[in-house]
Amino acid sequence: MDLLNALVALTNYVVVPGLAYGSQLALGALGVTLIYGILRFSNFAHGDTMAFGAMVTILFTWWFQAMGLSAGPLPTALLALPFGILGTIGLALFTDRTVYRFYRQQKAKPVIFVMVSLGVMFIMNGIVRFIIGPGDQRFTDGERFVISARTFKELTGLQEGLAIKTTEALTVITAVIVVALLFWFLNKTRTGKSMRAYSDNEDLALLSGINPERVVMYTWMIVAALATIAGVLYGLDKSFKPFTYFQLLLPIFASAIVGGLGNPLGAIAGGFIIAFSEVTITYAWKKVLTYGLPDSLAPDGLVQLLSTDYKFAVSFAILVVVLLFKPTGLFKGKAV
Amino acid sequence: MSDTMKHSLLFVFVGVLILLEGATDFLFFSGSWNSALVILNMGLISAIMAIGVNIQWGFAGLFNVGIMGFTALGGLAVVLTSTPVIPEAWSSGGIGILMALVLGALTVVAAVMITRNMPAGKARTLVLLAVMASGFFVYRAIFDPAVGRVEAINPALQGNIGGLDLPVLLAWPAGGLLAAGAAWLIGKTALGLRSDYLAIATLGIAEIIIAVLKNEDWLSRGVKNVVGLPRPLPYEVDLQNDLSFVERAASWGMDPVTASTVYVKAGYAVMFAAVLLVILWMAQMALKSPWGRMMRAIRDNEVAAEAMGKDVTRRHLQIFVLGSAICGIAGAMMTTLDSQLTPGTYNPLRFTFLIWVMVIVGGSGNNFGAVLGGMLIWFFWIKVEPMGILLMEVVTSGMAEGSPLKSHLLESASHMRLFTMGLILLLVLRFSPRGLIPEK
Repeated sequence: MDLLNALVALTNYVVVPGLAYGSQLALGALGVTLIYGILRFSNFAHGDTMAFGAMVTILFTWWFQAMGLSAGPLPTALLALPFGILGTIGLALFTDRTVYRFYRQQKAKPVIFVMVSLGVMFIMNGIVRFIIGPGDQRFTDGERFVISARTFKELTGLQEGLAIKTTEALTVITAVIVVALLFWFLNKTRTGKSMRAYSDNEDLALLSGINPERVVMYTWMIVAALATIAGVLYGLDKSFKPFTYFQLLLPIFASAIVGGLGNPLGAIAGGFIIAFSEVTITYAWKKVLTYGLPDSLAPDGLVQLLSTDYKFAVSFAILVVVLLFKPTGLFKGKAV
Repeated sequence: MSDTMKHSLLFVFVGVLILLEGATDFLFFSGSWNSALVILNMGLISAIMAIGVNIQWGFAGLFNVGIMGFTALGGLAVVLTSTPVIPEAWSSGGIGILMALVLGALTVVAAVMITRNMPAGKARTLVLLAVMASGFFVYRAIFDPAVGRVEAINPALQGNIGGLDLPVLLAWPAGGLLAAGAAWLIGKTALGLRSDYLAIATLGIAEIIIAVLKNEDWLSRGVKNVVGLPRPLPYEVDLQNDLSFVERAASWGMDPVTASTVYVKAGYAVMFAAVLLVILWMAQMALKSPWGRMMRAIRDNEVAAEAMGKDVTRRHLQIFVLGSAICGIAGAMMTTLDSQLTPGTYNPLRFTFLIWVMVIVGGSGNNFGAVLGGMLIWFFWIKVEPMGILLMEVVTSGMAEGSPLKSHLLESASHMRLFTMGLILLLVLRFSPRGLIPEK
């Protein structure tokens, strides 16, 4: 029995990856939830917006790398990120102008908006594949580890190593900063307050002189920024491939819905719930248990609840179960 | 020009496109009858899927984004119906797997009973958790070793439990039944959800179905695929060796190889067209009946329909099962056409969202619109690639030979497909939101 080693193994294989993945999902889900709260539809194009943002950032990263610019131990992509955000904001505002605004003026039903976002999803998906191709792109550079398993073992003398990748640390730190900024903006600034008012009660907000087009514009800008950051962090941590981003749509929606659509706090909670359940349900607990239990109780099998291939299915199983008991999510989301 | 005339002309247009594909290699047409028949066959299957979605969305306003799951279940039905039984698998572990599945189902039933019959509170939660957890572990204890034994049998070819060894055509109704059963289960749990929540739930459930097909090798051989499924028509090789067929081909002035491939594909086309006509006729009858009027009334105003005494939840479940069954039949037909089940190839862009494009473009609420949309969009789905390449050749014709931009543009032309589909969808939604053949 060796509790310390068990804890380290748990941190290494469950806590750290879960935190990083959870932050990525939470940032993505925040975007989905903001659109749902203010524009009142499920934006199917969100995954591809993330892909577009990440793609622009990657192109700038390559350019900077070619010029010899670097951020030292941090990935060069961080320098390119602001440009990626600007590009994505441009795309989002352009899409809103040319596509969504028409239906807003028509007061189309939410389900029509969803269909329209399907069309936008196809187009963005096509553009990304057209520009950067359907293959895997790696753009991570800089220091690989904050602490590697070997250094950790040497430092502590423990049997189990703990490895924290730079990208994982970066993801969590960035997510905390971004979320803090977002909540400050929504709660303290005039624009943020008008956004919340518009989301809570459209008619009342219009009565008190809030300009809906401005609210919508700010929403798209924030969502584009969030999507780009989430997309780049995911790409740095794993890898960039257009199809993966399309698939990410599903766990992101699961996160937003589990938390309750339209509720930013719920989106964050949902992101971590989905990420940790995916990791814990598909993790083989043998190692942790062998360390943590007395020898006589040590398990024979892998002690894995579901094979890792089911990672994807887990988020939906949770989604369905939550919806069965709480039809609008844990934090009482909206339903239009 | 009357509406009927206009709509018939649209069908004629699609027909001409397919004929041109076979007859000429001008522009993006390939001039091969084989290729024309391949497009026609998948177009017919797509049309059936589009009718299934149209019944759910156009008749009843149910937003189902899980079509891929039902299509895949239809495909699975082909394996379960028509492949030979594998006796070793049944004697070594098949029974164990069945027992484990029954046990799992019983656990779920028990959990539902507990939720229904016990008063809410801590006690209920604890009992529920205990039943679910113990049920899960007992299920795994029986299931895992049985699966291990089955999957160990000749894994290069089998490793699954096989099927019932019935004629492959029976797999089509079986696919419908399997999809209907799944839809009933899903509908029972998910249909209480509001529009967007329902959409995401069905999307998720479809992904779960695919995950199961990809990973449960004992059932579907997973990503190892089931190949060589039986087919309802003779093999080309046998035709080529058949003297009377070769003579007939010669009398049409065709060489036996081309003649045999065209013959088989045309055979499929006739069968698919027959199924399509039957389903279309039934859907039309349903739409015109009092039942169809009730459905549209529920779609247009749920509250009013409920006030008139219509059981909205039950009707929704009914139509969800019906529409999904049609998608299941189409899925089974598609797998029969391919003679293989490849769980890894199901992806929502192609099997869910593209079908939606077909329904919207054709005209939701109109069965003929769904058929037209299915055939037309499928033609473009196949032909956008050569069109894109043609376009890029024109665009880049002024550029210098070997410039990186030129080669990039030419290489990327094949990705125009998704872009074009999105563009078509957006243009239709904007300028003709009721589709090419609008609802009457």
